[in-house]
Amino acid sequence: MNTEYSILIGGAAGLGSRRAGLLIAKLFSNLGYYVFIYDDYQSLIRGGHSFSNIRISTSRKLSSCSKIDFLIALDKRTWTEHQSELKKEGILVYNKDQFRVQRNQAIGISAQTIVQDLGARKIMENIALVAGFAKTIGVEWKTLKELLIKEFNKSRNINLQIAKIFFTQNKSLAKIKKIKREKFPLLTGNEAIAQGAVKAGLGLYFAYPMTPATGILHYLAGHSKNFKIKTIQLENELAVISAALGSAYAGLPSMVGTSGGGFALMTESLSLACQAEIPMVIVNSQRAAPASGVPTYTAQGDLSFSLTAGHGDIVKFLVAPGDAEESCYWAGKLLFLSWEYQTPSILLVDKQISESTFSFDKRILEKIKPIKYLKGDVRNQYMRYQYTKTGISPLLFPGKRGAVVKVNSYEHNENGITIEDEISAQKMQDKRLRKYKEMEKAVEKMRAVKIYGNKKSSRAILAWGSTKGPAQEVAEDLNIKLIQPLVIQPFPEKQMKKALEGVKNLILIEGNALGQLGSVLASYGIKIDAKILKYNARPFMSEEIKRALDKIWKNEKK
Amino acid sequence: MKKNDLKLETNCVNTWCPGCGNFGILMAFKQAITSLVEKGIPKENIVINSGIGCASKIVDYLNLNSFCSLHGRPIATAEGIKIANDKLKVIVFDGDGGTYNEGISHLVHAVKRNIDITVLVHDNRCFALTTGQFTSTSPKGFKSKSTPEGSTEEPFDPLKLVMASNATFVARGCSLRVAHLKSLILAAIQHKGFSFVDILQPCVSFFNTSELYNKKVYETSNNNLDSERYALKKINEWQPNQKNSKIPIGIFYKVDRPIYK
Repeated sequence: MNTEYSILIGGAAGLGSRRAGLLIAKLFSNLGYYVFIYDDYQSLIRGGHSFSNIRISTSRKLSSCSKIDFLIALDKRTWTEHQSELKKEGILVYNKDQFRVQRNQAIGISAQTIVQDLGARKIMENIALVAGFAKTIGVEWKTLKELLIKEFNKSRNINLQIAKIFFTQNKSLAKIKKIKREKFPLLTGNEAIAQGAVKAGLGLYFAYPMTPATGILHYLAGHSKNFKIKTIQLENELAVISAALGSAYAGLPSMVGTSGGGFALMTESLSLACQAEIPMVIVNSQRAAPASGVPTYTAQGDLSFSLTAGHGDIVKFLVAPGDAEESCYWAGKLLFLSWEYQTPSILLVDKQISESTFSFDKRILEKIKPIKYLKGDVRNQYMRYQYTKTGISPLLFPGKRGAVVKVNSYEHNENGITIEDEISAQKMQDKRLRKYKEMEKAVEKMRAVKIYGNKKSSRAILAWGSTKGPAQEVAEDLNIKLIQPLVIQPFPEKQMKKALEGVKNLILIEGNALGQLGSVLASYGIKIDAKILKYNARPFMSEEIKRALDKIWKNEKK
Repeated sequence: MKKNDLKLETNCVNTWCPGCGNFGILMAFKQAITSLVEKGIPKENIVINSGIGCASKIVDYLNLNSFCSLHGRPIATAEGIKIANDKLKVIVFDGDGGTYNEGISHLVHAVKRNIDITVLVHDNRCFALTTGQFTSTSPKGFKSKSTPEGSTEEPFDPLKLVMASNATFVARGCSLRVAHLKSLILAAIQHKGFSFVDILQPCVSFFNTSELYNKKVYETSNNNLDSERYALKKINEWQPNQKNSKIPIGIFYKVDRPIYK
């Protein structure tokens, strides 16, 4: 039986609500619960309204609930915006120096007064609320203290002092049970992507800051010594991918990360990576678009664009993982595949994966293999683009005595020298197409499509990327089938058609306005009976999918 | 290693116009590479980069490691190569269109970083391969199919731009002075940090400046290479809109600054 709680903590940007939310999540994680945190924030530095929706459960959940058990309000706006979400019997913990509430189950905390009296910084009011909340739900002082000691270094003593005061002041209204389960570390999707790529042998990460991909840059830069990699920020996305192609040409596995707008700039060099046959992983973390869109909010609107990105006939992989483990695995696997087939790959995620926090099962890292590639030798005259049966030419790098390694954005011959004649032009394109055939075969051997819920159900829903999380919950609750394509290019046609066997009613769920995966499916003759589309820059919740399904199925009966 | 063993030529048919300034640059570069290899730099550790345009065809004519990137991007590509493998000597060939129009952000930032690569700009002061439109360095009034009444824009001086970006090696050469150009290229490659050589080159088809350069270009040298004032004075000597101004070529500025790693 699943036990679960939803906690919402909010406040103006600068009040430390995200950090406080993470502390609370860690308290529960340390008690053995699964955690999923959805962080909602606006494109501003101070003020506004930010909140974290923390879902705590004894079985794994990958999305938020709209009804919450605990509301922690660092300011009044959090209360006014979220009071309707708080269950009747839910508990409010709030900063009573900011506002007053007449309500049963409301615990006012005089955070401002005491924090001021102690001469501490205003942001530390968040610790007062965390401590008050911890006591309310029956967390032991020892557990909280250990966490704060681990989390704070410079301001450890003052934070402990504040926590102790508010812990002592409050009463316990509940007793959270400890769960016997292996403890999973909390990781954002961006951190999971970084770890997966490093595991496969990433040497260099290049980026230009862009929400929601920036977390990868920050995490890798902060851990570059442990990971033995370099992290480089350059002047723009054009430079980022051009430089990354240079470093991969020089033999160092490289990756870049960005969001839609930055990815748009990178597409010229995506085409170059394909033409010059240079291995490259591009992480495109979607946010609500077109153009600058809703920059700190999520969407699945870049699928069509990512599939067709790059001028010319492009040979590439595109994978859309649906949670932290899948993102970790596929970041590594795509680096592996890019080097195996000497071609670019796109890891398509979104804000909901990149910046949400997950209980991360790190055993997935063991499944990631270090990259390997077809090595050239210098006994015969080395030709970078030597024709082979598979289309894959042996690789050597500059600095190798006896070899001249020439790569070219122009169409070229086996030596890498520019050509314009019709025979050579077709021959080299055919070589790349032979590679694509090999890639197609390889994809069918991978687990490119996953199935959840009742595998025998004739009713099926189909979701990709982060929508997999709430859709999985729906499939399990309603005892229907969920089909999740992970690899979208080359499209795993056989696996998809196998997954659809016995399905009589197929409903597509996507976070975009046009039903972009629906168009892909249509091109393979796969018919969708109905679509559930959401494009208000927010992720799906399982309840709304259920409501939408209900409506569709009722209409069918009529 | 003997000069003959270097085999710097490829089988690729050269498609530059007869009399193109690029031939002078190719010749000077081959001589510089030969000297460099004689000085002990292994040939396999040299990587040349280019973008798009007549200038960029040079990589096809040289039997060296090469990366022909996209229009405007070879500096960024070269930076990636250097960051990945510090042992490599990385040299960029690109035109004025690629460097000062399409890829100007990469030039400015590479200069600012002082990354240890060399950029040789084939500055013929026009887009040649696309049939003669104006670039950042074309003189005001430049007539072309895209500016039939003459360009209304004043050119900017790339040397001043790189000086303002905190350059550590700034030189101007001329494709008509091959021996001098060879020495500039060699010094540029040997400089520790970002080295920049703007090479004036006639475009025989769309902007034939041969006569002007033969008349006005003169070689200059000095022992005062760390003086910004001297450098700017030399750079400013040539004003393209003044008919009688002389065109000094040589190394104008050379200082040491920490290298980007």
